[in-house]
Amino acid sequence: MKKQRIAPSAVVWLVLGAAYFLIPLIATLLFSLRSLQTGHCCTLSSYGVILHDPNFWATIKTSFRLALETIVVGLLLFVPTIYWVHLKVPRMRPVVGFMALVPFVIPPIILVVGLLKFFKDTLHAPFWFLGKPDLFLVGAYVILAFPYIYFSLDAGFRAIDVHTLTEASQNLGASWRTTLGRVILPNIRVAALSGAFLTLAIVMGEFTIASLSAFNTFPIYLQQINQDKAYPAAAATLLSFGITWLAMLSILLIGRRGGQRTVRVGIGR
Amino acid sequence: MVPFFAYATMFLILPAAVVMVGAFKSDHGGYTTSNVMAILRTANLRDAFWASIKLSFWTAVVGGLFGLLIAYASIRRGTPSWIRSAFGTFSGVAANFGGIPLAFAFIATLGTIGIVTQFIDSTFGINIYEHGFAIWSPRGVEIVYLYFQIPLMILVIAPAIDGLKAEWSEASSNLGASRYQYWRHIGVPVLMPSILGALVLLFGNAFAAYATAYALTGGTGLPLVPILIGNDLSGNVLSNPHEGQALAFGMFVVLAAMMLFYIPLQRRASRWSK
Repeated sequence: MKKQRIAPSAVVWLVLGAAYFLIPLIATLLFSLRSLQTGHCCTLSSYGVILHDPNFWATIKTSFRLALETIVVGLLLFVPTIYWVHLKVPRMRPVVGFMALVPFVIPPIILVVGLLKFFKDTLHAPFWFLGKPDLFLVGAYVILAFPYIYFSLDAGFRAIDVHTLTEASQNLGASWRTTLGRVILPNIRVAALSGAFLTLAIVMGEFTIASLSAFNTFPIYLQQINQDKAYPAAAATLLSFGITWLAMLSILLIGRRGGQRTVRVGIGR
Repeated sequence: MVPFFAYATMFLILPAAVVMVGAFKSDHGGYTTSNVMAILRTANLRDAFWASIKLSFWTAVVGGLFGLLIAYASIRRGTPSWIRSAFGTFSGVAANFGGIPLAFAFIATLGTIGIVTQFIDSTFGINIYEHGFAIWSPRGVEIVYLYFQIPLMILVIAPAIDGLKAEWSEASSNLGASRYQYWRHIGVPVLMPSILGALVLLFGNAFAAYATAYALTGGTGLPLVPILIGNDLSGNVLSNPHEGQALAFGMFVVLAAMMLFYIPLQRRASRWSK
């Protein structure tokens, strides 16, 4: 059998694809290197503007904190549920799986209208709830993250023998909490981590809900800085892209080590 | 189980239900269909739905086509495996690279003082903004949306292309079939449910997008349904609750119809995997 060479038509499509993907990134880099005064290349001053802006650090800290809170709440909520579904009530699996599709039919723009209507006008929720990103926004973000955490975890649970592990652990006298924390969790670590990193990427980039319910997160900062400083906005855009990149690369790296591929697609737009 | 369902009810089911019911409420507390019918009767609302549907349709079809070709080119025999993993990894990132940063990357590229805009101007002497192009026009927004549509297509369709077994192609060529006949009778029919399912997913993906379009158009340039909903909801107060909720209901109907197509297609597509 002769050695296969790359087909010429494949080269054309791959080069076109690579050009379309890379040109905006290169353009953003060049744009961010332009001088604030003259508009010419090349200076790092835009990065200085961003890194010296207290608002940049404040909003990125807020977004990062919200992401961690979303991950913790999400995992606490979904790991025991999916474990229970796999162990005891497998007939509920289609129901939970269906619930994971609902956020695609109720995208963020509809969800935010519903959340505001429901909590403000129907429940008359107090300001300490509505005005606090850690409660209102995290509440919404757990729902946004649900499909991604669910699909990761479901694959993780399918790959292990939940019944045998649980029985073995209980026969040795472990409580439910010990079983879940010390036996099940280490076995689905890769799935839980991929879900966590996807959630990080989603929350760090979420604009729709944060903006329309008037919170000041990193994407809001990005939007505001563009209004008066175009070149620093490009610098901040690249930093933001770097965060998504790191989160996604981490998924691939831990996935490779765990011998599992669970990259799903995002809705953070 | 119980905490999960309680949570989903509080933060997803009830809020969604409030919008759906609110779309049919009148000012006096009774029920009416006039809010929802207003979408069909009012020109600017009807136009917004039409613009959203056109945008989603074209970016799904064009993004789907390019995504399919790029995915096939990166997977087919003869392409080095590092190219495949590079495109796969990049698609995973780019499909998640939406919203505000994506809009700014394109403003830096094709905006009025963007790098590529100025390059075309200085090299060919053509100012694309004098020839009817604008990044906030429908054409401009389509180009930007393709940046997440194409990678999404690559991610979704790659496993299906992987599922095309080499034996099928070998068997058909041993039986004397041409490449065209292989694709016409085996490749395309096997891939079809996956391709259609992916197109539906791409359509919904573009239809629901808000942040990217908002950042490109500043919320006024191009009236799309999500943009109008956002405008009805300024500063966490619903300024025009009837219209906002009716539009949200309309969006829900379109997306739910998409889901009804998607689920059977998905089931059909999984027949060949394994």
